[in-house]
Amino acid sequence: MTEAAFLEIQGLTRRHGGRAALDGVSLSVPAGQFVALVGPSGSGKTTLLKSINCLVEPDDGIVRIDGRDVRDQPAAALRHGIGYVIQSIGLFPHMNVAENINIVPRLSGSDEDRAAELLDLVALPPEMAGRYPRELSGGQQQRVGVARALAARPRLMLMDEPFGALDPVTRDALGRAYRALHERLGLTTLMVTHDIAEALLLADRIVVLIDGRVRADAAPAEIVSNADPEVRAMIDVPRRQAERLAAL
Amino acid sequence: MSPALSEALADLPELVRAHLLVSGAAVAIGVAVGLPLAIWASANRMVRTPILGLAGLIQTVPALALLALFYPMLLILGQASGLAIPALGFLPALVALSLYALLPIVRNGIAALQGVDPAVLEAADGIGMTRRQRLTLVELPLGAPVILAGIRTAAVWTIGAATLATTVGQPSLGNLIFSGLQTENWVRVLVGCAAAAALALGADGLLALVESGLKRRSRPRILGGLAALAAALALAFAPLSGQAAGGETVVIGAKNFSEQYILASAIERRLRAAGYRTERRDNLGSTIAYQALAAGDVDVYVDYGGTLWTNILQRTDIPPPEQMRAQLTAQLRARDGVLVLGALGFENAYALAMRRARAQALGIATLDDLTRAAPNLVFGADLEFLSRPEWRSVQSRYRLAFAGQRSYSPTFMYRAVADGSADVITAFSSDGRIAALDLVTLADPRRALPSYDALLLVSPAHAGDARFTAALRPLVGAIPVERMRQANLMVDRDADKRTPAEAARWLDPDGR
Repeated sequence: MTEAAFLEIQGLTRRHGGRAALDGVSLSVPAGQFVALVGPSGSGKTTLLKSINCLVEPDDGIVRIDGRDVRDQPAAALRHGIGYVIQSIGLFPHMNVAENINIVPRLSGSDEDRAAELLDLVALPPEMAGRYPRELSGGQQQRVGVARALAARPRLMLMDEPFGALDPVTRDALGRAYRALHERLGLTTLMVTHDIAEALLLADRIVVLIDGRVRADAAPAEIVSNADPEVRAMIDVPRRQAERLAAL
Repeated sequence: MSPALSEALADLPELVRAHLLVSGAAVAIGVAVGLPLAIWASANRMVRTPILGLAGLIQTVPALALLALFYPMLLILGQASGLAIPALGFLPALVALSLYALLPIVRNGIAALQGVDPAVLEAADGIGMTRRQRLTLVELPLGAPVILAGIRTAAVWTIGAATLATTVGQPSLGNLIFSGLQTENWVRVLVGCAAAAALALGADGLLALVESGLKRRSRPRILGGLAALAAALALAFAPLSGQAAGGETVVIGAKNFSEQYILASAIERRLRAAGYRTERRDNLGSTIAYQALAAGDVDVYVDYGGTLWTNILQRTDIPPPEQMRAQLTAQLRARDGVLVLGALGFENAYALAMRRARAQALGIATLDDLTRAAPNLVFGADLEFLSRPEWRSVQSRYRLAFAGQRSYSPTFMYRAVADGSADVITAFSSDGRIAALDLVTLADPRRALPSYDALLLVSPAHAGDARFTAALRPLVGAIPVERMRQANLMVDRDADKRTPAEAARWLDPDGR
């Protein structure tokens, strides 16, 4: 590996009762890469993601960002530097859109108003700033969710099925819009998704987790020829669907 | 306007103020303690069950009992710690009512905090909020409507339960209700109930306004509701303007029956005429009244020789009245610093009574005479007399053997002697019905029944206060039993009923 590893994960293990949710996962992600984490339900994708911003405490192993152990600083301070987007969005219902975005700089003591700029970035009109979350569509809410995650100017974005609850058209548009932002802002992104097609089309690299272990790790163009039957079965789904669609 | 109504309305402002003060302070403490408890319990499953259990347990204790329990507890605490902890009045009422307010506040607080959407909490953690920031910026604002609903419940309960604070000497709207019930003055009861209900509805309405403001995020509603509540509490804390004029405030105690209200009113008139500001502590329990006087929570009240003798000095012998009075005077002074200023001139003792005509026909004037005639007579006693030491004492000296013996509640006992179902009854010697039914009380030459002289008692703080004692001394020896009976009858009778204050004016017309 020639690039310097921005995010370094070594031997990460986390047990739930007798079962290992993560079983010695190691991963090295260079700055600027877009990584998709795929795998069946319960394979440890979300646990891996939450171990990075310390929402989950691993039993063993270490996570370093820029060479620094994530547990070396208070969890709150660590998270100020990491964007976090989840499927259920979690906008604060008692705050309007601008307040939802500006709460992030407020936490680190700044009264900077970045709402207009960030709304522009996620392609929402500026008059959205005064609306409350319940007045927005699901797609608009998740755009605000992304804007909020970007408000602290993070270098690393962790996304847990960010577009999973959206309709297919919105989902496709938002996915591509985010990929553009990833390029433009020079982000490093880890995205958990169930949608193999989305992973193949958006990411630079696909990491397949099965039973808490990394079973495959390759660029989209290479992963399609992976020999592991379980990995194959997963990756082949969108391709076979595409063939059946083409035959209609 | 009827005198009963105008008198009740005249008492109202001060009682509403006191009622608001104690219930407002209790709810405030309930919030100040309950909310942190709810926050702690919602974050920690280990403490949640015990805290909810304890708050629920407190709720199952009847409010009246909870209030009564705090009197001895504070008394013991004061003695054990050597601090001057007032056991009567505001403090016990406040503590008991605050505990009572706790349950709805804790329960709703926990429900509010646990009801916050987990996705919102995950997002709050994810963007790097500390526990404290998450609480103040997310959980409390989102839980506010449910928390406030709990505070509303607590406010309504507390305002209702505060009527019971009267029994531990804290003035409240309960003063009107309790004294009204005792003297069967329904106007007074209704005024008290209506005022308590109006306060509860008002507080509930204002809190509902704040709650709807929180739900709709409407600043005017929140601020309007809070401002009105703050104004009401500010009024409660500010002394009434009429009270500002002159003089030191003294506290007059009264137990819970008509005679006590009348005498307290008479004392109040005398003290006001001497330039004192007065407060009343009505409806005190029998032993609470004396302890309150000794502790200085009450400055003056009337108690009865025999009661003090047996209950306070724990004596079982029965000396002649003058001797009992002399010993009480010396011992209460030495023990508690309490001054026995003097006897009012009448007794409120257990006595045996007969209709005058019947007694004269049978030639009965004393209990010795009764011993002879008893085998042909029926005895009607009140419900407790036959199990009291007074009855054992009478039996050991006179050996009364009646043809029949029955127990009645007091009202029916008087009816029984009136219609001839009973020939001899037990009566309180100052009871107005003795005069009304033309009964005679029988003399007790062998001194089986202790003396129950009405004695004017003064607290240690005022025992050496010449101006205070001079104001009250005209009452000493000034109230013969016939006048006290008449005054009691004015309040107790069904027709042409008078208020205790009116009866006091009739009893002591000079006390201006």
